[in-house]
Amino acid sequence: MAKKFFVVPVKKREEELRAAFWEQIKSIPRGDKIQNCIQCGTCTGTCPVSYMMDITPREIVALFRAGHLEDILHSRAIWICASCYSCRVRCPSGILVTDLMYALKRLAMNKKIYPPKFPVHALSKAFIFNIYKYGRNFEIGLAIRYFLKADPKKLLASTGFGFAMIKKGRISLLPKSIKKVKEIRAIIDKAKQLEKEGA
Amino acid sequence: MEFAYYPGCSLENTGKPYDMSIREVFKSLGVGLREIEDWNCCGATMYMSVDKIVGFAVSARNLALAQNMGLDICAPCSSCYTTLRKTNRHMEWNLHSRKLINESLKAANLSYEKMVEVRHPLDILVNDVGIDKILSACPYEFDGLRIAPYYGCMIVRPVFDFDDLDDPMTMNTLFSALGAEVVDYPDKVRCCGGMLMTTFEEVALNLNNHLLQCAEDNGAELIATTCPLCQMNLESYQSQINRKFNLNHHIPIVYFSQIVGLALGISPAKLGMNTLLIQLPNLKLKSKASRVAV
Repeated sequence: MAKKFFVVPVKKREEELRAAFWEQIKSIPRGDKIQNCIQCGTCTGTCPVSYMMDITPREIVALFRAGHLEDILHSRAIWICASCYSCRVRCPSGILVTDLMYALKRLAMNKKIYPPKFPVHALSKAFIFNIYKYGRNFEIGLAIRYFLKADPKKLLASTGFGFAMIKKGRISLLPKSIKKVKEIRAIIDKAKQLEKEGA
Repeated sequence: MEFAYYPGCSLENTGKPYDMSIREVFKSLGVGLREIEDWNCCGATMYMSVDKIVGFAVSARNLALAQNMGLDICAPCSSCYTTLRKTNRHMEWNLHSRKLINESLKAANLSYEKMVEVRHPLDILVNDVGIDKILSACPYEFDGLRIAPYYGCMIVRPVFDFDDLDDPMTMNTLFSALGAEVVDYPDKVRCCGGMLMTTFEEVALNLNNHLLQCAEDNGAELIATTCPLCQMNLESYQSQINRKFNLNHHIPIVYFSQIVGLALGISPAKLGMNTLLIQLPNLKLKSKASRVAV
């Protein structure tokens, strides 16, 4: 093989992660458009929460190009994205930035790489636990499960508004399961199996 | 006109007034809503972060159930609306995924082949029923009630087919027709933070503070929303926002369907007005007949 010049050697770990990332990207419509990023920063400018991100959406693409995918996965940024789709409708290169964020979240979950002291992924985990168990989301159960893991102090802080909502009949204390919960579990099990085989 | 009704998990709990008012308004206008039997959670933004095919398959079960009813879906929750539509688009775009999703559905003896449309009730009311028909059914009209229309993210993004992406006007037109005064609301499509209120409160409180401030600065007496999560964030965190920023926000957050329901003469209790945490001090409703008499 001809030797390439000016190409920084990529570490093996990074190479593995990149392969997994491209696998995720392939499943997004127009996923390969990430290569067309012109680094204009419109995504960052239009993002309502970028001011709190440790690395901005534009920087995420830049870091990816520079071979720092693992750093991206360690960042809080991908978990701060609220999925409002502002960037997606604005990107002049037609990159589906929000879906890119989801792909990064999935990769992080898959490889169990999370930002330190920021267990936001636990909410997604608690959420899918509820769906498997009841077929529907159980709001108060979700909040308790998440806060116990992430920030138990918050549980106490939220009781005030929780009581108000209970009094108004807007929070039920018992989960409501769908009738055919076995059906939903069968679908999830089968889809998981197919996804694993595909990966 | 009939739709398969997909309330979604929020409308069973925190979004109860939304569910109550949608059902009442549709009934009153003669639009059928048949709840999808034994529907499940759409997966929201959460499943997308974990497993893609699983997330779509969970969502597609509802689409398959509606397809079997032979009806298009009416989904009031903006998050459900986006997730279900995203599943549709994905299955159209990626035939391989479509096969995998259908194989998963087969585990429950379901299949989803004939795409059903997913519609937002605001779209149905204004574009299918039509403002003229709504007006002719309304015995009341508003008398100078100042409303800030808040559209939030997901009914105009990522795909905007029934309204403008930057400056949606559906609610503006509807409320003006009902006699209300719609105030200028430049933040109408800015994000409320959604689940960030749980995961990163600091950011979400800031976002919601902006939304409330913008409405108040423009003289709104209330904010009308189209999404249960926006409603909850804006309404139930006002006291926390006040404490954090040393402010005095106290503005009712209602659903657009409650506004329509009031003009239709449906009793406030049936529309769930009494379940709001911040009550509307004055509905400013007057009967249309009185205007004719004058």
